[in-house]
Amino acid sequence: MIFFLTSFFVSVMAASTPLLLAGCGELVVERSGVLNLGVEGMMLVGAVCGFAIGHLTDSSALGVVAAALGGAALSVVFAFLTLTLLANQTAAGLALTIFARGFSALLGAGYVGVKGPELAKLSLPGLSQIPFFGRVLFGQDALLYGSLAILVAVAWFLYRTHAGLALRAVGDSHDAAHAIGYPVNRIRLGAILFGGAMAGLGGGYMSLSYSPLWAENMTAGRGWIALALVVFATWRPGWLLVGAYLFGAIMYLSLYAQGLGVAIPSPLIAALPYLVTVAVLAIIARDRRRIRLNQPACLGKPFYAGA
Amino acid sequence: MRFEPRGKVSRFWTYASPVLAIALTIVGTGAIFWALGQAPGPAVYTFLVAPLVQTGGLSALAIKAAPLIMMGAGLALCYRASVWNIGAEGQFTLGAIFAGGFALAFPNLPGWLLYPATLAAGVVGGALLAAVVAALRTELNVNEILSSLMLTYATQYLLVYLVTGPWKDPQGFGFPQTALFSDGATTPTLIAGTGVHLGCLVAPIAAIAVWAALSRSVLGFELRVVGEAPRAARFAGFSERGLIWVAMLVSGGLAGLAGMFEVTGPIGQLTPDISPGYGFTAIIVAFLGRLHPIGAIFAGLLLALSYLGGDAAQVDLGLPNAVTGVFQGVLLFLLLACDILILFRVRLSGPRAAPAGAAE
Repeated sequence: MIFFLTSFFVSVMAASTPLLLAGCGELVVERSGVLNLGVEGMMLVGAVCGFAIGHLTDSSALGVVAAALGGAALSVVFAFLTLTLLANQTAAGLALTIFARGFSALLGAGYVGVKGPELAKLSLPGLSQIPFFGRVLFGQDALLYGSLAILVAVAWFLYRTHAGLALRAVGDSHDAAHAIGYPVNRIRLGAILFGGAMAGLGGGYMSLSYSPLWAENMTAGRGWIALALVVFATWRPGWLLVGAYLFGAIMYLSLYAQGLGVAIPSPLIAALPYLVTVAVLAIIARDRRRIRLNQPACLGKPFYAGA
Repeated sequence: MRFEPRGKVSRFWTYASPVLAIALTIVGTGAIFWALGQAPGPAVYTFLVAPLVQTGGLSALAIKAAPLIMMGAGLALCYRASVWNIGAEGQFTLGAIFAGGFALAFPNLPGWLLYPATLAAGVVGGALLAAVVAALRTELNVNEILSSLMLTYATQYLLVYLVTGPWKDPQGFGFPQTALFSDGATTPTLIAGTGVHLGCLVAPIAAIAVWAALSRSVLGFELRVVGEAPRAARFAGFSERGLIWVAMLVSGGLAGLAGMFEVTGPIGQLTPDISPGYGFTAIIVAFLGRLHPIGAIFAGLLLALSYLGGDAAQVDLGLPNAVTGVFQGVLLFLLLACDILILFRVRLSGPRAAPAGAAE
């Protein structure tokens, strides 16, 4: 029983981490009033960059860095299109994902079926050997614990720092924020870069720890689920954690349901997380007032400062 | 360099922007080929020209363009009304499943009944999935971008389940595919020996019909107002709910129709790989065609060419056919970038001290 529980918790944490990383980045982006639908694409580019650099240098740590840089680099394109050229954010985000599907496949063509480095699991003498708690709390890779630390840092930043207040102000009213002298576009650029790096890390976690390998379209819609999680969390970091771990559990169950003796054909179980996403969105979004109270008021609107 | 508002929409740049974007994309594609170690000129020729001039090139183009045009026209209508249906891929798939299921269930119905019924089943399948998205949006306030995409993933798994499970061809040597459809359920070929099928003719007709509905009917007018001036539409009392339903049902039905033609025509059976991402490419078709159903015809032809080019690059240059996706993505990037010229003009110097209200 302890063994089963341990492996359940460990697997759920691993399945949740890409969602948490990408969702955390997108939460900050949306809080600044920008809707970047390119999360899936930035995750794919992060996954391929992380895997390729990790493979070439034989260092999973450099792979993680490359994943974050890859995601951030792609987000620069989005920032240029939407902030400088005032392109429609919905269209630009979709463009990012469409481009990245092809681009990551092109970059990764030589890495399909190749064995790459894997993020090392922590091993703290004594601590990691404690039954259950040892493996759950001290026996995973550093990026998994890092994702939790980043979430706490983001929550602290948003609610306890002046910069976080400025970012939320820009998201709720860019005209007012501009009028009192906040650099709207610079703040948004920072948020978009952070979101890109986090999505890249989420992809890197897939290719360096969760899978760990590179395959075309390997994120399989997790970027879109991360976007849905931000709505589910009504733009609040604490609820994002709940949502990401809930979906991690559903993904785990859909992967291992057959092993647990559930007599439903595997393709139908694989469809489950996507259907649950829709169901959860429906439950959250039908309360229009709650959405309107929490949604950044300028979400998706372009900002033009004038001459 | 800075951007100065024109104060009005430039008609010239509305149409010149896609042309400029295509030209820049061709240059960019050359640069990508160069980065991949190819001579840019010949590689671009292989990608964009050779597929057309070879024997059967134009028929191959028409076959690839048919689903793109049908779906692109439907999405153009949706996006005009600011209904962001990005799940055309799923609606295409459910249309194919419905049409395929009907064709497999009643292979021996008389041809005059079987084919129209199969076609209708495809339209119903696509419209049904779109209706779920519309209902979620109007009844439960669920964002249609996320729901239409999530349902696309779910539908693709449904297709895999069907072709590996209950609908699998017992004589198929274990391959994940259904039996071939009977002759009566197969889309007729228009030009013998080329594979050009009825769908290639229906696609432009459908686009023209959508255009006529948009520009000649009150409903089309309301759709455009809702998209361009939602507040005005609310004051005028237009039913936003009703228009979302219309936009979703039309685009979903067209996607289902495209899926039906694809599986009963070029493919002839259901397999897990019925679409190389037509539903996503159709999003680019809609934007490149200026959200105009007639524009979708031209844009559909160009993006169909990018699929042929990807195959040619794979065969002749030994490149992964993912270059198709890169070309499509770059094209959409550059199109969005060039679109700034519609509302802004580029000034190379600093602000000019123009008196307020001065005539331009």
